Amino acid sequence: MTYQNVALFADTYGLLYLFVLFLGVVAYALWPRNKKKFDHAARIPLEED
Amino acid sequence: MSVQETAPGNTVISWLMGVLLLAGALIGLMLTAFAADPVMEFHGLLFLLFCVGGVFFLIRYGSAKDDGDPSPYQDSVVRAGVIASMFWGIAGFAAGLMIALQLAFPVLNFDLPWINFGRLRPLHTSAVIFAFGGNVLIATSFHVVQRTCKARLAGGVAPWFVFWGYQLFIVIAATGYLLGVTQSKEYAEPEWYADLWLTLVWVVYLLVFLGTLWKRKEPHIYVANWFYLAFIVTIAMLHIVNNLAVPVSLTGVKSYSLFSGVQDALTQWWYGHNAVGFFLTAGFLGIMYYFVPKRAERPVYSYRLSIVHFWSLIFLYIWAGPHHLHYTALPEWAQTLGMTFSIMLWMPSWGGMINGLMTLSGAWDKLRTDPVIRMLVVSVAFYGMSTFEGPVMSIKAVNSLSHYTDWTVGHVHSGALGWVGFVSFGALYVLTPLLWRRSQLYSLALVSWHFWIASIGIVLYITAMWVSGILQGLMWRAYDSLGFLEYSFVETVEAMHPFYVIRAFGGVLFLAGALIMAYNLWRTVRGDVRVEGVAAARPMAAATAAE
Repeated sequence: MTYQNVALFADTYGLLYLFVLFLGVVAYALWPRNKKKFDHAARIPLEED
Repeated sequence: MSVQETAPGNTVISWLMGVLLLAGALIGLMLTAFAADPVMEFHGLLFLLFCVGGVFFLIRYGSAKDDGDPSPYQDSVVRAGVIASMFWGIAGFAAGLMIALQLAFPVLNFDLPWINFGRLRPLHTSAVIFAFGGNVLIATSFHVVQRTCKARLAGGVAPWFVFWGYQLFIVIAATGYLLGVTQSKEYAEPEWYADLWLTLVWVVYLLVFLGTLWKRKEPHIYVANWFYLAFIVTIAMLHIVNNLAVPVSLTGVKSYSLFSGVQDALTQWWYGHNAVGFFLTAGFLGIMYYFVPKRAERPVYSYRLSIVHFWSLIFLYIWAGPHHLHYTALPEWAQTLGMTFSIMLWMPSWGGMINGLMTLSGAWDKLRTDPVIRMLVVSVAFYGMSTFEGPVMSIKAVNSLSHYTDWTVGHVHSGALGWVGFVSFGALYVLTPLLWRRSQLYSLALVSWHFWIASIGIVLYITAMWVSGILQGLMWRAYDSLGFLEYSFVETVEAMHPFYVIRAFGGVLFLAGALIMAYNLWRTVRGDVRVEGVAAARPMAAATAAE
């Protein structure tokens, strides 16, 4: 395992990993079935004093 | 949920803590007795007193159900946190004013080692970031996690250990600085033994937070808790790695870092910038996502945006540190990486700012009538402003002018005073009447005074530092026709003087605002309400008084 190998791995698979993760987060946030849950969550601070 | 339950687990925790405190007292005694230097002798004694005091605290409160408070939540530790925040805030702002005055008038160093600029500067930064900011974060996180999970704090007396243990860390760090103890890493100055103690306190903090999440009655984990959790976990990681060191003696204060050279520099700024990103940003975003909706009485504008905000912020921030090391021995690609990620941070930062501001949609009129909401909104505006300025300054060409100048100092303070300071003040103004069961604050007019005095102070501070910083940067790089430097260093120092005076005056105003706040909160706790009748003649203040 040389420095070059590690750098190449980070440049390629690292980028791919982070990008796919980001797409996953956006999909989770926008998924229609989650809408009700998030609408409820947005009001949580207003529930308890 | 039942009002009080004394889980058998909590009794076990109390006993365990008692045994550990007795062991701690013994360690403190040994450190004092066999100390290699006078400061360790003093700190060993402090630790001994802390542990003995802790045992008495346990005997008095450890087995009690709490303090007879009818609330289903553990509020007494949050109340203590509010008081500690206000106390350390004023101490830290006063230390800042002192060093600002020392820069303008060096005679104020008085030729005394203990209060010279070099020792008071870390005292100021640690007091405002860790003592003030840290207490605000611990107190609000304990408050918010209970309300949003509908569960009492986990761990019995453990939250009290977190509170008092953290205060002990602050006292050890602060007295150490004044006595000349430092490991010379910016924002990580405390020596190895203070670091070890903070690690222990922090792990207990994490466990209390996780335990409360585990007990939650609300299935969804609210976004503020995600931000708080990212803050706690990341600070643990940064603190441990950056402070890896070998002590010269187990009974002495001095240690040597495991890192050296450029590796040390990169580790330090990986730590330093993520202290900004996770302590001063993520933690306080947790405050924003709870207290802005709470005070505005409006739901979060876009909960979806808050999810994207959270994940993109934490994944980008962690790479931004190398922008502190432009044009150094750090490999160029690493510098470019730091700059690129800093610029990408515009997106989540501004997404979060828009989410915070738009939470007021449908309640914009409150900006006119409620000075607490005004403070929270202006804090979010300052967040937007300083997270715009930061990426600009991380661009290498800009950085070649701005680095090492007062521009950096001004940038930090627009974030620290405007964003962190104001969002904390807003949260404390919301919390105090709630925690002491008062119907309202003593005086909203005084909040308004605080808001305007502190705002003017911040504007004076940052404009003075912009002018001073750019002037300084331009003077340093000015060459004459023969290629010689146009100005000697001392000429640039002389040119700073008027701006240092203006900056110190800004500090006076900011401190004055905090003193007004302390008075207002104290009267609120006493249960007083100021009759604001005279102000009722004006329509704006009438609405304020009616609130």
